[in-house]
Amino acid sequence: MGSRRRRSRRAYGIGVALLLSAALSAGCASDPAEPPPAGGGRPPGDGGGRRITLTVGVFGTFGLQEAGLYDTYMRLHPDIAVRQTSLTRNDVYYPQLLTHLTAGSGLADVQAVEVGNIAEVLATQADRLVDLGTVPGVDRRAFLPWKWAQGTGRDGRTLALGTDIGPQALCYRKDLFARAGLPTERGAVGRLWAGDWRAYLTAGLRYRERVPDGPAFTDSAAGVMAAVTASAPVRFYDARGALVVADNPAVREAWDLAAAFARHGLTARLQQFTPGWDQAFANGSFATVACPAWMLGYIQDKAGPAGRGRWDVAAAPRPGSWGGSFLVVPAAGRHRAEAARLAAWLTAPAQQARLFARRGSFPSASAAYPLPAVADARHPYFGDAPVGALFAAAARGVPRAPTGPKDALIAQTLADTGMLQIDQTGRDPDEAWRATMKTLDNALDR
Amino acid sequence: MTETRATAEAARRPAPEDPARPAGPLPPLRPRRARPPRRGRRQGAGPFLLLAPFLLLFTAFGVFPLVAAAWTSFHRVELTAPGRAEWVGLRNYTRLLDDGFFWKALLNTLTIGVLATVPQLLLALGVAHLLHARLRGRQFFRVVALAPYATSVAAATLVFALFFGRDHGMANWALGVVGLDPVDWQNGPWASRFAVASIVVWRWTGYNALIYLAALGTVPRELYEAAALDGASRWRQFLHVTLPGIRPALGFTALVSTIGAVQLFGEPLLYASGAGASGGANHQFQTLGLYLYEQGWVNLHLGRAAAIAWAMLLILVAALGLARLIRKAAA
Repeated sequence: MGSRRRRSRRAYGIGVALLLSAALSAGCASDPAEPPPAGGGRPPGDGGGRRITLTVGVFGTFGLQEAGLYDTYMRLHPDIAVRQTSLTRNDVYYPQLLTHLTAGSGLADVQAVEVGNIAEVLATQADRLVDLGTVPGVDRRAFLPWKWAQGTGRDGRTLALGTDIGPQALCYRKDLFARAGLPTERGAVGRLWAGDWRAYLTAGLRYRERVPDGPAFTDSAAGVMAAVTASAPVRFYDARGALVVADNPAVREAWDLAAAFARHGLTARLQQFTPGWDQAFANGSFATVACPAWMLGYIQDKAGPAGRGRWDVAAAPRPGSWGGSFLVVPAAGRHRAEAARLAAWLTAPAQQARLFARRGSFPSASAAYPLPAVADARHPYFGDAPVGALFAAAARGVPRAPTGPKDALIAQTLADTGMLQIDQTGRDPDEAWRATMKTLDNALDR
Repeated sequence: MTETRATAEAARRPAPEDPARPAGPLPPLRPRRARPPRRGRRQGAGPFLLLAPFLLLFTAFGVFPLVAAAWTSFHRVELTAPGRAEWVGLRNYTRLLDDGFFWKALLNTLTIGVLATVPQLLLALGVAHLLHARLRGRQFFRVVALAPYATSVAAATLVFALFFGRDHGMANWALGVVGLDPVDWQNGPWASRFAVASIVVWRWTGYNALIYLAALGTVPRELYEAAALDGASRWRQFLHVTLPGIRPALGFTALVSTIGAVQLFGEPLLYASGAGASGGANHQFQTLGLYLYEQGWVNLHLGRAAAIAWAMLLILVAALGLARLIRKAAA
């Protein structure tokens, strides 16, 4: 699951996405075998042997299907069939979700929403969504408080249930660290930069000094920028919902720190989630990368067997969350009650733990952390790192940063306009900042 | 009036029925009194009836979107609430005038359009000329020429994006072999536009070549023979026989390429593999189509996107009108 960046930016091509969107609309049509809707939410399994089909609309490889959760649900509820429709990219999925919500048609019974879009969905679509906070089986105390708050509107209704989150660590190459005379044991590496992102820069400078011609210290300035802002208590919006991205010192500090990585030549000057970045994993072009929980699978996938035993994972300087998703139930659905129960079950601690064990998506339900599937989880590819305990500690420390309607757009502009200009075209950070703010103003129509 | 036309028609009609009929006086014509007298008016509606399916579809998918886009362009409409529109008059248009991103996109569209169209048509002419010559396996080469056109934009662009990769791309590897410095094909303002244009050239050259090839077939051989008798070289034959002979095809391909260039979208979108619709860090290869998409579906401002769409239409109409004027002045 994870971030919009990870999923939305895989370039499988818009053609494929559009084809799939046609499939999505088709998939939302009711099952021909389905009975006409009984008045109101009729309880399932009313003895008639009639089967209800629930659809789940997601983007990317969400993992729910792959982890076998739908199959289990159907086994537990023989009167319900679950089908999934998927779009590869969130930037195709999200506008479509908005149009379907406003039109009240073409919707799946349960729809996924990325964390960067959740505030906008709550602010503009609240009357088109079902309150999930009161659904039987939903326990707010099971969730991390900040995640629960992100899915709750101003009127106190919880319209979105959290699936995964992206607690952060730093992944590093042991062999390259050894070459640079840096510690290689994950506890010592974590202590190297504990508490302060500037210590991460210091470690980078030390690394560069020892291996001036070796692989870069980190992949990209944009990656550093995203990781640092993810750990800030205030990011792009303040607690009252005002846009503060241009005046927030935390954003500017993250900007300057990330720019320093670029200017000291510590980055491989890559753009994340592009083919070049993927190739760089395989070619070992950098020694560290900001590592939300969902990134582990990505690294394993791209670095391949050659990276086994080389990569390891250590605690990040400060805890933060990068990425994550929610499930919502549109009010226009024909089986709202059944859909709400499915969403509640899919986001319950036991299922989230199973999703973590099978797919590496880290639970947003803190009640899942003591479960053995999380607490005892170790990652063989990363030197048997205790990823469950590591990410659980990070998740508990994530600051409760306010989310805003344009979070996704702002994060993407900072990365793809600002950091890319500094990192890849060598533009002066102040100039790039002005250009980025101008782009943002235009995008936000200010 | 109706009567005479009917007679003339009736007179024409039996003729091809039996070509073997002996020449002789035609059988007496029988005026068709059986037909109702309102026939003339019906004939007026008949073509429209036949056209009705097309007209219906055209209204639904051609006229209506055009009008709806015009209506949208005069409002502030967000994709988060498409039903709520606030009248803003010409504001969406006037703001384009001092919108640096719009002008940059227009300039990019023009430069990429020229970079793509000119070599594309010249290459197509050359390829058509080669294919026109009597060479072995002509059919095979024709299929080969058309193959890029049959490839999907997405597939082609993704391959080109890899080809033009900065660190591990083949283009830079080839430059390295001949001792040149690597080029940043993604961020270089001209390098990236050249790369995007090259995808267009690759995809459309064969298509245009086949059109030229068909046109070449219609140029009479005698003209070449006469020109050769007059002592014209191959090059002069090409200039004075071939080019005038395929002028309609040249005009058609120029028109289609211009429209395609103004609408250029898929190639720059996918070439910026991760960046969505921004067309590179500095918008260096963001075309008008891409800017429209960014405003509408990334920034969710439908009103502004609609205004850009109409501006594109007006630019296209103006460009074609200008081309017509120039042609008239030249003639």
